Amino acid sequence: MSVPFIEMRGVSKRFGAVTALSDVTITLPKAGVLGLVGDNAAGKSTLMKILSGAILPDRGEILIDGMPVDYVHPIGAREAGIEMIYQDFALVPELTVAQNIFLGREPTRSFAGLKVLDRAAMNTRAAEMFGALGLRVPAVTLEVQALSGGQQQAVAIARATGFNARLVIMDEPTANLGAPAIEKVRETILRLKRNGVGVIIISHRLEDIFSVGDAFVIMKQGRVVGRRAVDDTESGEIVEMIVTGRDPRETTQAPTEDA
Amino acid sequence: MVSDASTTGTRRTFRMDGRKLAVFAVRYGIFIALILWMVAMSFASEYFLTWTNLLNVSRQAAPIIIIGVGMTFVMATAGIDLSVGSVVALVSVLCGIWVAAGVPVVVLLPVILVIGALVGALNGYIVTLGVPAFVVTLAALTSVRGVGFVISDGYATPINDPVFAWIGRGGLFGINAPFIIAIVVAIIGWFLLNRTRFGLYALAIGGREEAARVMGLGINRMKIAVYALTGALAAVAGIVISARLSNGSPNAGVMLELEVIAATVLGGTSLFGGRATIFGTVVGAFLINFVRNGLNLLGVNPYWVQVVTGVILVIAVLMNTVLNRKVEAWARATTEEEEK
Repeated sequence: MSVPFIEMRGVSKRFGAVTALSDVTITLPKAGVLGLVGDNAAGKSTLMKILSGAILPDRGEILIDGMPVDYVHPIGAREAGIEMIYQDFALVPELTVAQNIFLGREPTRSFAGLKVLDRAAMNTRAAEMFGALGLRVPAVTLEVQALSGGQQQAVAIARATGFNARLVIMDEPTANLGAPAIEKVRETILRLKRNGVGVIIISHRLEDIFSVGDAFVIMKQGRVVGRRAVDDTESGEIVEMIVTGRDPRETTQAPTEDA
Repeated sequence: MVSDASTTGTRRTFRMDGRKLAVFAVRYGIFIALILWMVAMSFASEYFLTWTNLLNVSRQAAPIIIIGVGMTFVMATAGIDLSVGSVVALVSVLCGIWVAAGVPVVVLLPVILVIGALVGALNGYIVTLGVPAFVVTLAALTSVRGVGFVISDGYATPINDPVFAWIGRGGLFGINAPFIIAIVVAIIGWFLLNRTRFGLYALAIGGREEAARVMGLGINRMKIAVYALTGALAAVAGIVISARLSNGSPNAGVMLELEVIAATVLGGTSLFGGRATIFGTVVGAFLINFVRNGLNLLGVNPYWVQVVTGVILVIAVLMNTVLNRKVEAWARATTEEEEK
């Protein structure tokens, strides 16, 4: 067995008296689509924020291709090829589409020894990015607040997938979306998968993961309670694990851990 | 039927033109107001549109422009700095005492700028701890001026120094030194705000801090930097004001913070962050000073000037917040309609 593509090993995180994650280990064996499901306060978002560098874990490590990485910052995670699409898209309403896409990694040029934003390059490359992804926005020089919700999501998707990402994390990508927009998100996920990009989806909607995913990881109260391949389970079993926090196969069968 | 459709068509175009006009009026209201006021004053007073008077107003506006550039950055991050007038007082006192003590100006001026920046950085640091900027800088407003009073024991010190004399009363090519300094500061400020990461990150933080954070921007570092910048610029203004009056006084810059904030908001910089304009701040500073100057020339009781400035400020904030939001939403609705 080769080294897994992404592995989070023994991750723990406390916020004051609250234990958000205790000794969580998840692996993404190869570029595929993993659905991370669980009730509210299961720790899914915290786990993914750690993977994307927005939160530092108290303990645990992250390995990419078997190599430990120790970024302490979202920019470090993005340089390692890990991008996250936040539920609220994390866009600045007053900045333009292009400025949002390049926020934190703006192209610059030298002007009299000073680093100056290369706005022309930013706008051209942002427009190219939309073209390549088949996503549509009215103009990359428009302020994000002038866009509709679906267009804003297109900006967030372009930002996360346009920079040679190796893993894209999506936090509730289909919440509050209409049917056509949900279809668009599913297409995006399948396109990423075809291109060998890993995808982790946090979702309440199990049907999203059944339709495009490869595997489930079920969490409850800061722990991983079970794992399933999508073609080896059905909705009822996942819901049961989410609610009870127990893996029914572990209780009915003898321990088969090292099989 | 045909006539029906065509009327609807014309009415729609007309309405859309009305919208564009309204958007234009709200966006550029301050510029229109300044031009209207200047035209009206040119008719009302023969002294208004003279070179001497214009230069005079530019000299008065200079300290507000200088600090206003810093305030524009602070407001871009959705902050506010009420301590700038007090920094001016502290700087003024230090200039007076140190010039009298014989400290060379080449040493004194940089040290003063560093002190201003440090006061600002301290403000910024406390803001990053989670205390509202309004409270932090209000506390600094009283305590920094207090330090000025303690050091000077309340007395003003005359400043006799050729460099200060040039800063206060000199000039180049017939333009006074304070205004030259103000314009240089404004140009650098414009460049920083619109062409560098520094300006972009300030706007991003003010626009939506959480988005800036998850994108990995150094929020705390940026906040400390914008307050430090404003502190340093308040020190520059303090030097200019002390030089103009040839006097180092703990009473310098009283109420200056309000004029600076008024100029910045008048110019169109949002009180809630994310939207800022240096050019607007310069125009705002000029509007406040031209209004004061015009009323003076008309022989209006100077106390009324304060009243009028307050009224202008309220109208400007109203345009800046409520009206702006409505009109921009309106404009957006129009664009979406056009798309369909």
